[in-house]
Amino acid sequence: MLKNRIIPCLDVKNGRVVKGINFVDLQDAGDPVEQAKIYSDSGADEICFLDITASNENRDTIYDVVEKTSKKCFVPLTVGGGVRSVEDINKLLNCGADKVSINTAAVQNPKVVVESSKKFGSQCIVVALDAKKNGSKWEIFTHGGRNNTGIDAIEFAKKMEVSGAGELLVTSMDRDGTQVGYDIDLMSKISSKVNIPVIASGGVGNLDHMVDGIKLGNASAVLAASIFHYGKHSVKEAKEYLDSKGIPVRI
Amino acid sequence: MKVTIVDYNSGNISSVINSFKEVAKDKVNIEVTSDLNKIKSSDKVVLPGQGSFKSCVDALNNISGLVDTLSEFAINNKKPLLGICVGLQMFADIGYEQTETRGLGWISGKVSKIDNQNGDYKLPHIGWNQINILKDSKIYKNIENNSHMYFVHSYEFIPEDKTVISATTDYSSNIVCSVEKENIFGTQFHPEKSDKTGLKIIDNFINL
Repeated sequence: MLKNRIIPCLDVKNGRVVKGINFVDLQDAGDPVEQAKIYSDSGADEICFLDITASNENRDTIYDVVEKTSKKCFVPLTVGGGVRSVEDINKLLNCGADKVSINTAAVQNPKVVVESSKKFGSQCIVVALDAKKNGSKWEIFTHGGRNNTGIDAIEFAKKMEVSGAGELLVTSMDRDGTQVGYDIDLMSKISSKVNIPVIASGGVGNLDHMVDGIKLGNASAVLAASIFHYGKHSVKEAKEYLDSKGIPVRI
Repeated sequence: MKVTIVDYNSGNISSVINSFKEVAKDKVNIEVTSDLNKIKSSDKVVLPGQGSFKSCVDALNNISGLVDTLSEFAINNKKPLLGICVGLQMFADIGYEQTETRGLGWISGKVSKIDNQNGDYKLPHIGWNQINILKDSKIYKNIENNSHMYFVHSYEFIPEDKTVISATTDYSSNIVCSVEKENIFGTQFHPEKSDKTGLKIIDNFINL
């Protein structure tokens, strides 16, 4: 039986791990290579690096981080943030990333998703979708949550599946950094409209939120950052808790 | 001992390289090349593969003499070869991804899309799934039955001769997740991404 995945996400800036609260107030939480190794040793099913300031700053540090991490961690490594072109994706894959997540570029230039999935295979193309509720629908935001595009999130998710995305990483902008739980409604709506796996992100504050993300949100995987970084819970604890709630996990 | 990972522009093989180097340490020479003479002089060959069946077959055919060299290595000389993911799928006669494409024909069978049962099963089959070991394959030495491996694929290899199947995994149906036919080995899962258990499988292959 296929297991639900737990994916710790490390926000990286200038080669160091940080985690923003609603994308501001950055705090340093250590070396990404070491942290990734700790996570993979404690049972993380995948590791995710998000280069949060990549759009504005020198990106070379992330390549170095990816290269070093991929020599130490033998679980899948997803890297995103500031990925604009097929060439960016190629470079990250060559450094040792297994998957690349595309956010702003997927909205501005969906051809990047089409071309990269053809060139490298859908298995390594993750579309990261930042959505915020507006009335009865959700709208897509870009540029790390700064720009509202007005695009309907459900329609966009369907479009990305057709374009060749292998997975969708769905972040609720309303919940990110709040620790009140995933936007279950958003997750389950998107999951029911696409046939590719959905990774739930944004808002985890406790282990029950992960259970809800999978059971109620129908997510194939749950992504979390701060709940793991500051020692609130270990990945191992999270897995044991999910297991106790009847969710299939790799232990 | 020299183990060659065939680099034929089949997509991302850095994880395969990293994992084999990690296991080999300084004891075994890991070569990454498409040079025909280097492949011929290898003790073992690893055939990775990412992307579609068609793109991998096309990439193999784009390097003049490569298919013949691999066939000579694996079929005539019966030296150990490990196919990973699409590398395994290409052992088949034919694949149906994108369009009907001829494979290497080393193990009779076809590669078809996994039946998602009208959307009940998401595709790609991504993540950790348990393997059900059906025969005492050499690459499963000291690997426990029901171990977790990392998968990412939408197509499955269906061999005609079921005795080549060394393990299956449960997703929609019993999907073939590894084969062994004499000196030819293949895994649908990614040992290079399957943590310590995966590295052990790589170690088993290197130490055949």
